[in-house]
Amino acid sequence: MADEDVVLLDFWPSPFGMRVRIALAEKEIKYEYKEEDLRNKSDLLLKMNPIHKKIPVLIHNGKPVCESLVQVQYIDEIWPHKSPLLPTDPYQRAIARFWGDFVDKKIYGLESRKVWSTKGEEQEAAKKEFIECLKLLEGELGNKAYFGGENLGYVDVVLVPFYSWFYAYEKCGNFSIETECPKLIAWAKRCMEKDSVSKSLPDQDKIYDFALHVKKVFGIE
Amino acid sequence: MGEVKLVGTWVSPYTYRIKWALKLKGIAFDYIEEDLCNKSALLLQYNPIHKKVPVFFHGGKPICESMVIIEYIEETWPHNPLLPTDPYERAMLRFWIKYAEDKGPSMWMVGEGQHKAEQNSLEMLKIIEEKALGDKKFFGGDNISMLDIVLGLGHWLGGEKLLEAHKLRRLHVWLKNFKQVPVIKEDLPDLDAMLAYLRRQREMSPATH
Repeated sequence: MADEDVVLLDFWPSPFGMRVRIALAEKEIKYEYKEEDLRNKSDLLLKMNPIHKKIPVLIHNGKPVCESLVQVQYIDEIWPHKSPLLPTDPYQRAIARFWGDFVDKKIYGLESRKVWSTKGEEQEAAKKEFIECLKLLEGELGNKAYFGGENLGYVDVVLVPFYSWFYAYEKCGNFSIETECPKLIAWAKRCMEKDSVSKSLPDQDKIYDFALHVKKVFGIE
Repeated sequence: MGEVKLVGTWVSPYTYRIKWALKLKGIAFDYIEEDLCNKSALLLQYNPIHKKVPVFFHGGKPICESMVIIEYIEETWPHNPLLPTDPYERAMLRFWIKYAEDKGPSMWMVGEGQHKAEQNSLEMLKIIEEKALGDKKFFGGDNISMLDIVLGLGHWLGGEKLLEAHKLRRLHVWLKNFKQVPVIKEDLPDLDAMLAYLRRQREMSPATH
């Protein structure tokens, strides 16, 4: 499928954007990456995602697709032959979608942000819940190399971007994710050995600096 | 291929979604009403993560989360499709489903938040009417799609007067047509009871949606 026009409107620390970067890299799709300044959104972004005005936006042959889980499924359907992300069996697909939904609700959700953006009791409660959710994911991973089995799959793509934020969470929350969830960290490092992942995730130190900057700007202690 | 079972509750819109999807495809199933004040061992065993209904079983294998269940039903029984075949059209429909899911529950707020929730809801309904429905009969075109099912018991719940009063004519017509579909017409919930249940849920756990 040569000469396909693929553009990604993105913002470097966004784990949602990272999902799409990984999916496109796995499929070896060439695309134009456009960094958005979220304080000064481009006309293109406002035109392509008028409802939410958010990144990432995937623009394929001029037509926009929004919402990262929708984008990952779309990429998988349009380019099915290379690195399939969802399994072929409907029941296995349902399991993958369930865990993708779980990651979105519990790991990327508003409650988990309290781990780095609050203090005291509120933060402790958020940390506890966060670790519990990571442990459930460890249970689902089991002894597999990846959630997708022998290769990266849908759940891997949906979850691994969060690894780039772990250091920020650990520093702000004063805890060690590796101590609590060693299998998950081992999984994340295994994913990082793949170019599609390592080239899509920013450096953890940079994310930590960004998180501190956001806290300052929003007056979060 | 295996027995189909649905564990649900008569007060949850999520349960209705699954029943409607199965009926639209003519799939026979056993329905088990769950007592939510006294969650059964079955429920806790098959949905240990969220402990919620609906839980769907096919050949004994459980699936949770209404949209995950509906996508499974669509893939396993592709006749009378609830999704378009074109990947871009599918992505658009899935986008609107997420939009409806994310914005929906705010309508069920009570108390001080209610006026603002209603304003937000109206805005959302205007967008859905304009951008997702347009001049089509159903969101899926001539036939019902997953999006129609999701919005069929949407956050406007019971607010047909809301649609009329705010001149959301196309949505009003859509809703009338939707409720006339035989399989839907014969299985419509008690809206007052449902609304009361959803508001109680909202009060109990405002942080989740």
